[in-house]
Amino acid sequence: MTAVIRTRELTKRFGSLTAVDSVDLDVPAGDVYGFLGPNGSGKTTTVRMLLGLVLPTSGTVEVLGEPIPRRARRVLHRVGALVESPAAYGHLPGRTNLALLDAAGPGGDRRTRRRRIDEALEQVGLAGIGRRPVKAYSLGMRQRLGIAAALIRQPELLILDEPTNGLDPQGIHEVRDLLLRLNAAGTTVFLSSHLLAEVELLCRRVGVVDRGRLVLQDSLAALRAPTGRVVLRTPDPEWAVSLLDGELGGRSGDRLVVRASDPAALNARLVGHGIRISELAEERRTLEEVVLAATSAGTDRVDGWAAGPGTAEPDRAGAGGGVAAGPAAGAGAPGPPGPDSPAGSPPPRRPPARGEQPEPGEPRREGET
Amino acid sequence: MIGVELRKLLRRPRTWIVIALIDALPTLVAVLLAITDLAPRPGTGPAFLSAVLSNGVLFPAAALAIVLPLFLPVSVAIIAGDSIAGEAQAGTLRYLLARPAGRTRLLAAKLVAVLVFVALAVVVVTVTAYFVGTGLFGAQPLGGSIVSVSGATLTVQEAVLRTLLAMAYVAFSMLGVAAVALFLSTVTDSPLAAAMGALAFLVTSSLLLTLDAAGALKPYLPTRYWLAFVDLFRQPILWRDLVRGVGLQAVYLLVLLGAAWANFTTKDIKS
Repeated sequence: MTAVIRTRELTKRFGSLTAVDSVDLDVPAGDVYGFLGPNGSGKTTTVRMLLGLVLPTSGTVEVLGEPIPRRARRVLHRVGALVESPAAYGHLPGRTNLALLDAAGPGGDRRTRRRRIDEALEQVGLAGIGRRPVKAYSLGMRQRLGIAAALIRQPELLILDEPTNGLDPQGIHEVRDLLLRLNAAGTTVFLSSHLLAEVELLCRRVGVVDRGRLVLQDSLAALRAPTGRVVLRTPDPEWAVSLLDGELGGRSGDRLVVRASDPAALNARLVGHGIRISELAEERRTLEEVVLAATSAGTDRVDGWAAGPGTAEPDRAGAGGGVAAGPAAGAGAPGPPGPDSPAGSPPPRRPPARGEQPEPGEPRREGET
Repeated sequence: MIGVELRKLLRRPRTWIVIALIDALPTLVAVLLAITDLAPRPGTGPAFLSAVLSNGVLFPAAALAIVLPLFLPVSVAIIAGDSIAGEAQAGTLRYLLARPAGRTRLLAAKLVAVLVFVALAVVVVTVTAYFVGTGLFGAQPLGGSIVSVSGATLTVQEAVLRTLLAMAYVAFSMLGVAAVALFLSTVTDSPLAAAMGALAFLVTSSLLLTLDAAGALKPYLPTRYWLAFVDLFRQPILWRDLVRGVGLQAVYLLVLLGAAWANFTTKDIKS
């Protein structure tokens, strides 16, 4: 499988703030990829770099095999995008908005335009929208129009940032179905979100960013592999506890956690001893647990500065660098490599531990726009 | 891309409201003159106004002189200042560029749209003024003569030709303001700030023109040669200031467009 998105050492600094730090993304063709991270972790900046809106400080971006932003014109018309909120000209009807956008770049054949717009509106449930100007649309309708705009040219890759924002549960369900249908037809979907439940339902692969770093990139199945424990409920907890002595991982009321690799065998054993089981399942980590373990608090939270791991004396200059603080502020690191030096040793992947060496008065990091 | 920008310009109600407002001022002046029959004495008030009472054919030139110093540049500053910053504020800029429209192409299309707006405003003002002028003040029959600014006479055909030249010159005079506003529009995400910045530039230029101490700067001020279009109605035409005016606007346009291009093509779009 070929990679439709591939970034290497992708880095973006805004002044002293490192928004994206040496990110290596790999999104194979045909995948549904969930791009996760707390607010201000660099998700949006990364998405903007994929689309040539923000220019990387260093590193490379390839989309559909072509370097961005150098060959953006050759390739971006095959990509549908929804970046943060949808946007349209309020005084014009939705259809006109789509037509203008389609005419504004390459790859939008004028002869098929009307048909493609009708199809896209149909797909998002706006077929009967008529001539109303966009300023009269509800939030959900604008969101649908934004998704329609991403679909006009039947893109090979969809880059969607929070596509279900502002939609009601019914609308969320529709969009999820639509994305899965498009994916089944061969469209690769790159979904940036902080709604873990949505990602869990849609995606096969996830990347997690935290403070600009890609801290995790794996298939959802691997991340949610069984933990080697089984959770069960029984009306006879006392018997079960006495039987499972030594294998018990925890108990609350009639709910027991048992260390066992084979749930079927455990079930047979319990039932064989006459213990009734009302519920039994392998324990799997939820995506939420995986993500929470991999990330720190979002940057919309402004506590005192938490210094990087193993930092004896936090380097104030480095600490100002926000996410860069990991490697740069590590006073223990021999001769901290300049941010630009490519030969610098790869920074530790572990995010700074929360609450470690708090230094009040230093903001954690400025918010990203 | 240019077609897209023109459609956006022409489908926007604001464009037509602004043009209507620009057009209203000279029409109001004409009506007042016709009712009161009180023209300013020669040499005072806006150019040509003293002459229009006797011949409406000169009123288009008078109308241009009325809108040129303030109304036209203000509207150009608003439209050009809105061009990139307005898209940024509405959030549509990121979708245009991810389309991908191409930054240089988008900038060029925006410039063309501003030029079309200027041309449209000038044409509407002149045409309205022609009908208002000839309707209210009467016209000399074709083949008659018109007293030019320098006292010699012009035929009506000559007057029409020179009015066309004046329209072109006035439109060209707006390029400096347009380029300033377009450049500022790539710098800020606020269309208001861009328009205001361009206006501040204009006001500075107009103010320095009245200041003897700024004498050394005067030949380089963008508004210095604006009213030189009056020279088109002299017999013979005085080309010196007209040529300098065109040259000066061209320099402002090239420098500021270059700056706008350099800034816009290397900018992070965070709006």
